Amino acid sequence: MNKKSSPIRSLAVGLATLLVLVVFAYGFSVTNINFEETRSERRVASLTRILRALAHPKIFDYQFESVNVEIPFYLGCPEGGVEVPDVDRSGAFILTSAGCAEPKGTIVIEGHNFQGNSSGPINFIGFSAEAPEGVLLQVGNFQADAQGNFQVEVTLPNRQVRAEPQAIRVTGRVRVGGPEISREAQITWEKIVETVFMALLATTFGTMIAIPISFFAARNLMAEVRTPLSNLSLSLIGWPLGIGLGIKISQLLSAWLTPLFNSMAVTFIGAIIFPVLGFLFIKWRVSKQKEDAELQFSDRLVNLLYTLVALILAIASILFLGKLLLQVGSYLTPNKEVPLYFIRKFIFQVGDIVAMFVPVVAALVSGGILGGFFGKIGQMISDKLPPARGKILTLIITPIAGALIAVLIMQGVDWFYEFNNPAITLQWPAITGALTGLVLAIITAPKQSLPVGIVLYGIIRTILNGTRSIEALVMAIVFVAWVGLGPFAGALALALHTVASNAKLYSEQVESILQGPLEAIQSTGANRLQTIVFAVVPQIIPPYISYTMYRWDINVRMSTIIGFVGGGGIGFILQQNINLLNYRAASVNMLAIAIVVATMDYISSVLREKYV
Amino acid sequence: MLEIKNLSKVYDGGVQALKNVSFSVEQGEFLAVIGLSGSGKSTLLRCINRLIEPTNGQIVWDGQDVTAASQDEMRLVRRKIGMVFQHFNLVTRSKVITNVLAGRLGYVNPLMSALNRFPKGDIEKALSQLDRVGIKEQAYKRADELSGGQQQRVGIARAMMQEPAMILADEPVASLDPVLAHSIMQYLEKINKEDGVTVLCSLHFLDLVHRYADRAIALNGGVLMFDGPPNKIDDEKFREIYGKDAERVG
Repeated sequence: MNKKSSPIRSLAVGLATLLVLVVFAYGFSVTNINFEETRSERRVASLTRILRALAHPKIFDYQFESVNVEIPFYLGCPEGGVEVPDVDRSGAFILTSAGCAEPKGTIVIEGHNFQGNSSGPINFIGFSAEAPEGVLLQVGNFQADAQGNFQVEVTLPNRQVRAEPQAIRVTGRVRVGGPEISREAQITWEKIVETVFMALLATTFGTMIAIPISFFAARNLMAEVRTPLSNLSLSLIGWPLGIGLGIKISQLLSAWLTPLFNSMAVTFIGAIIFPVLGFLFIKWRVSKQKEDAELQFSDRLVNLLYTLVALILAIASILFLGKLLLQVGSYLTPNKEVPLYFIRKFIFQVGDIVAMFVPVVAALVSGGILGGFFGKIGQMISDKLPPARGKILTLIITPIAGALIAVLIMQGVDWFYEFNNPAITLQWPAITGALTGLVLAIITAPKQSLPVGIVLYGIIRTILNGTRSIEALVMAIVFVAWVGLGPFAGALALALHTVASNAKLYSEQVESILQGPLEAIQSTGANRLQTIVFAVVPQIIPPYISYTMYRWDINVRMSTIIGFVGGGGIGFILQQNINLLNYRAASVNMLAIAIVVATMDYISSVLREKYV
Repeated sequence: MLEIKNLSKVYDGGVQALKNVSFSVEQGEFLAVIGLSGSGKSTLLRCINRLIEPTNGQIVWDGQDVTAASQDEMRLVRRKIGMVFQHFNLVTRSKVITNVLAGRLGYVNPLMSALNRFPKGDIEKALSQLDRVGIKEQAYKRADELSGGQQQRVGIARAMMQEPAMILADEPVASLDPVLAHSIMQYLEKINKEDGVTVLCSLHFLDLVHRYADRAIALNGGVLMFDGPPNKIDDEKFREIYGKDAERVG
């Protein structure tokens, strides 16, 4: 290791040092480093002012009793001097050392009969043609002694001289009563509560979506998912068909059922009957279920029909339940003044959310049902048919699937770019999709299984990484445009960011589970769903809890600044206070943030210790 | 009843774990699989229920070609083959009874079991299987509260829940002390003799093989070196299986 020092080596070291110096010199110039400025008196004074204001958070406030005393004053002494006005000496009064003075001149102001220990500003009131009601210019402060007397020397402002009298006003204030919680502190409390709940909702909903996604983003689970091409193509055809069917079913159902919703009694009965009916139906079907391996094509078709009936019952149940909540909610909310108004509003909102998500959920579930059914048929083609016939069928199906998917993708792209040209959105993608499908069908051997899982894993990972790289602050801007200023936009932005980050974190936990139990559960004949429920889920509960707590913690911190772009919460007023140079109020906001973050940290560490 | 024909397995990295292994097992036999670590014992056992996909060859079980079975058919095959592991492979954060009930997963309705609903009969059966291995009172403890020997008994109970026709035991006693090892082996013996379940058990210690197995097969570097009764393993055979420098212990 002992290298001999050589001239070349020394030269290299010297050059490297020089290079580092140049890099840093450039860095200094780019970042505008300028310490001269930091020493300037003006800067130091403003820094001192801000730091002192921040050190005095305006948590408490006092009631003041104030008295205004005003006397006329000439800025610019008129020829022939000024009359000394009579001063009413019965109450508080002030005297000036002169009745007139030149701009920037100094005078002495005396005050008497003020309340003991009162204090307040001394203002010069300048009148002009533009401001006939006068402009207040603070020229000093006073602090009266115990007897209510004071004497202060003030410098007059540099204003235009006027022949008419202007005025000097002294406002004497004295505290009445004890300290009270300031208005700023009250607002801060309201907003910090808003912030914490914003973070709570964003974390809850984000996590609910992130957990299922995380299984699809876990390499160890997805690597095992391999299907023959016939299965893949048919399920690719089945999914869009199912999604279309689901939307259609939910539209038709809500159209048919809407007349029934006029009566609350009917809605109530429906909200009971349909779920019960659906439950009994599903239970009956489950008890009749045969093993997958024993099912013939006709069995599967019958199964599909039964599943669709169950889906219709489920959608009807949800529609009834949602409508019932909406009706109960609006029935209970005649005015805002009643206590527990927020609970009634919550019922209404939940009903609204349910109604809004029915088509989406119906579409996804029905997509899954049809995709699964078609996929099973594809699997049967590969498993049961002789290879030659399977190959011919695959050669027919795959181009259709390719064309369908390509057209659907281009329709989505068209929404963004508005081509409005069927050649681009319909014909070309159909042709390229079909050709790709055909090539794929030709080159894959019969029964060859394709790594569908890994492809899906890659797609989901890419989407998650893309979404995660966009800061919640930027997402908030988009959501503000959609749902308006306020905490709702912030909560949505945080929820979306939570989905992206936590799905990734969770999936990494799934990837690091022990393989042993997985293998043991698989060896019992468990299918994929059972394997996940029995071998994966028990292993990932502790890290999932831990990451969810951590995300709540992060979301509380994020939500403090998401208000900067209009996302509601405490950031909204923090930014306002900073812009208005109201540093004492800003200091209260920051104090609240610090307390909440520290508390969150403590609570989450305690909970983690307890449950993990 | 189980026939392995020319089974080979080459892993992705190019390692050949099994080379043309052929043998057959009769119903009710207790077959020991011996060999050094890395000789392909675990791979062989896992190929039989296709936890590992064999590269070549055929496995015929009960007249069915396991290697050609579809995913749905594999469920029916696997549920009749119990498996016991060296590291027990229990889901340690779940309760003992849940681990045992997992043995029924190949039989029950997937949806209902996903909601953790099992038929009443299965729960009773699970308790009686735990009773059989002597740890009924531990049923509602978390699996990781149990000692190693107890955990392996849970593993056996789980396998027995499958009402298996065959049990694959992958070094079931390698992480237990000798006393516990015998007690676990005795459970396997009991299952074999009383219930007529075929047992394929990979083992390290020859004295265990002599004591419990009807027949032994030996692997070295993925090649079948020996197939016959354990007492036919003389010093020469022993060195063929375990290498020139090996010495008998125990």
